[in-house]
Amino acid sequence: MRSPRFDTTVLTLGFAFLYIPIIILVVYSFNASRLVTVWGGFSLHWYSAMWSNQGLMDAAWVTARVGVLSATLGTILGTLAALALTRFARFPGRMAFSGMIYAPLVMPEVITGLSLLLLFVAMGVDRGFWTVTIAHTTFTMCYVAIVVQSRLLTFDRSLEEAALDLGCPPVKTFFKITLPLIFPAVIAGWMLAFTLSLDDLVIASFNTGPGATTLPIKIYSQVRLGVTPEINAICTILIGLVTIGVIASSLTTKRAEIRRIRDEHLAIRNAAS
Amino acid sequence: MAKSLGPVKRKFSPWTDPNAVPFIRFENITKRFGDFVAVDNLTLDIYEREFFSLLGPSGCGKTTLMRMLAGFEEPTEGRILLQGQDISGVPPYRRPTNMMFQSYALFPHMSVEKNIAFGLEQDNMPKGEITARVQEMLKLVKLEQFAKRKPNQLSGGQRQRVALARSLAKRPKVLLLDEPLGALDKKLREETQFELMDLQQTLGMTFLIVTHDQEEAMTVSDRIAVMDKGVIMQVATPAEIYEAPNSRYVADFIGDINIIEGKVADTASALGAPGAVKIETEGLSITVDQECQAVKGDHVAFAIRPEKVRISPDAPADPSVNAFYGEVWDIGYLGDFSLFIVRSEDGRFMRAAQANVSRLVDRPITFEDKVWLTWPRDAGLVLTR
Repeated sequence: MRSPRFDTTVLTLGFAFLYIPIIILVVYSFNASRLVTVWGGFSLHWYSAMWSNQGLMDAAWVTARVGVLSATLGTILGTLAALALTRFARFPGRMAFSGMIYAPLVMPEVITGLSLLLLFVAMGVDRGFWTVTIAHTTFTMCYVAIVVQSRLLTFDRSLEEAALDLGCPPVKTFFKITLPLIFPAVIAGWMLAFTLSLDDLVIASFNTGPGATTLPIKIYSQVRLGVTPEINAICTILIGLVTIGVIASSLTTKRAEIRRIRDEHLAIRNAAS
Repeated sequence: MAKSLGPVKRKFSPWTDPNAVPFIRFENITKRFGDFVAVDNLTLDIYEREFFSLLGPSGCGKTTLMRMLAGFEEPTEGRILLQGQDISGVPPYRRPTNMMFQSYALFPHMSVEKNIAFGLEQDNMPKGEITARVQEMLKLVKLEQFAKRKPNQLSGGQRQRVALARSLAKRPKVLLLDEPLGALDKKLREETQFELMDLQQTLGMTFLIVTHDQEEAMTVSDRIAVMDKGVIMQVATPAEIYEAPNSRYVADFIGDINIIEGKVADTASALGAPGAVKIETEGLSITVDQECQAVKGDHVAFAIRPEKVRISPDAPADPSVNAFYGEVWDIGYLGDFSLFIVRSEDGRFMRAAQANVSRLVDRPITFEDKVWLTWPRDAGLVLTR
């Protein structure tokens, strides 16, 4: 019963289901009306309103700082974890270590958030910017570890051995050989970590405190009071940022691929001449 | 008249001098990975300026042995001496050895000249000297015009040269080569083999090469160690390995050979000639001129290279000569040689190779021809192991 028409219909429905809500959200961010669902003509009013909404802007700033900081910390820790897992084939507790690295991936966010909250309470730490950052670091770290580990698995270890053999001590070898070569994976891990931190609501809401309201928390609490097109506006900007990020990273990958192919052609020509 | 085995490549044989001090000494080396014994209580001496090959099938422990010398693996037991000094526990970045990797292991994010300069930079050599040395190395491997290229902009042969230049740049005491030519095609490989020999002579370094390619080992080495299952089967010059293998394993591993199992029927004294052995198997009696430990009744093997067997449609004039009668079962034409596989009446096979010295042959031997294979008494040898 498969026909081209059937395929097209299914495909269209699928895409519609995924993207129509987003399109509606974007369209209504340019709505002149105060009502979210009634079109009242084109306007950029909500963008300027959003801009002058101090609460929203503060939340955005907190989110950006938490995102950059936790993504950076998570990337460092995640990269180290990935190195430990790929470089040391056998060490006591390796299975437990690897299991514990990956557990947050499948752990319900509510549990991660709650357990961290209990930890902070037990330690008597005041919740705020730093607790959110630490919480985000712990759960983004495992994503980074996975991305970096998959790169390290295909990494030719003889490159490091060659550096050692030529007189380069291990730590220097890491910075001169290993890190530059796995850097794209590390950057990809960072971007993933940043994005995850950016849109996390559950873990952040458990571990936040006064003065450290992140954007998702702010949006969520505003929605409860009634949706204003301001929310649409800020969501549109977020979508825009993510889209630019995705396109940029795929373009970089594509360009690297094109360069690799060109290099190989060059090599074949050299060999022939 | 003293005879020698094969051509003499150069007058260099420190291993025959009892007073010579080995440059590298593997002393009772054992290496275990879990339950697997990669190298088993192995002792080996390598001399200065020697071009030494470790030859064996994959998994025989040759690479492990080399990696222990480079410092990437530590021996489980035993010690490694370099110029008389125990180098166990010295990390690879402090050893005076450099290695050329099988995968070349060129740093993909560095240009050719940066790759070659890498080792020199680690020694904090002054910038001017580094530049000069890199130029010298580029010239040595004829890659001057590729200095700024990245490794992935080079062909396989060029990469191999960069890897060689990089490992030679620090003028190591010992250069380790791990299957260095494996990725090259046959022509380029042969060329490079001779270049390697020239380089080794010019630079006066000790080269240790790991290979599973016996032709490569034969071509380049002063001595070869044939390894199997973590043990050295024989250490000898290429000619000795080929002409006087010490065991069935070595004989069979190197080149093509006929091996006939049999029993010693008679030894020297009875045969009149000093150092002669008579081997008998069902329907075949072979006399060999060879000093041999075997005594009457021992199970031994007679081994002979196919090119030392003559093939003829006529019966030998002297009936006492070693001979094998049968019909041509198969013929392989290899260009320079033709290989004849002859089957005797009782189903035994023997191979004979004949150099195709002339283009046209009067009486070509063909399938199902009845032929006589003959060989002189000193052409084959008795293997007791």
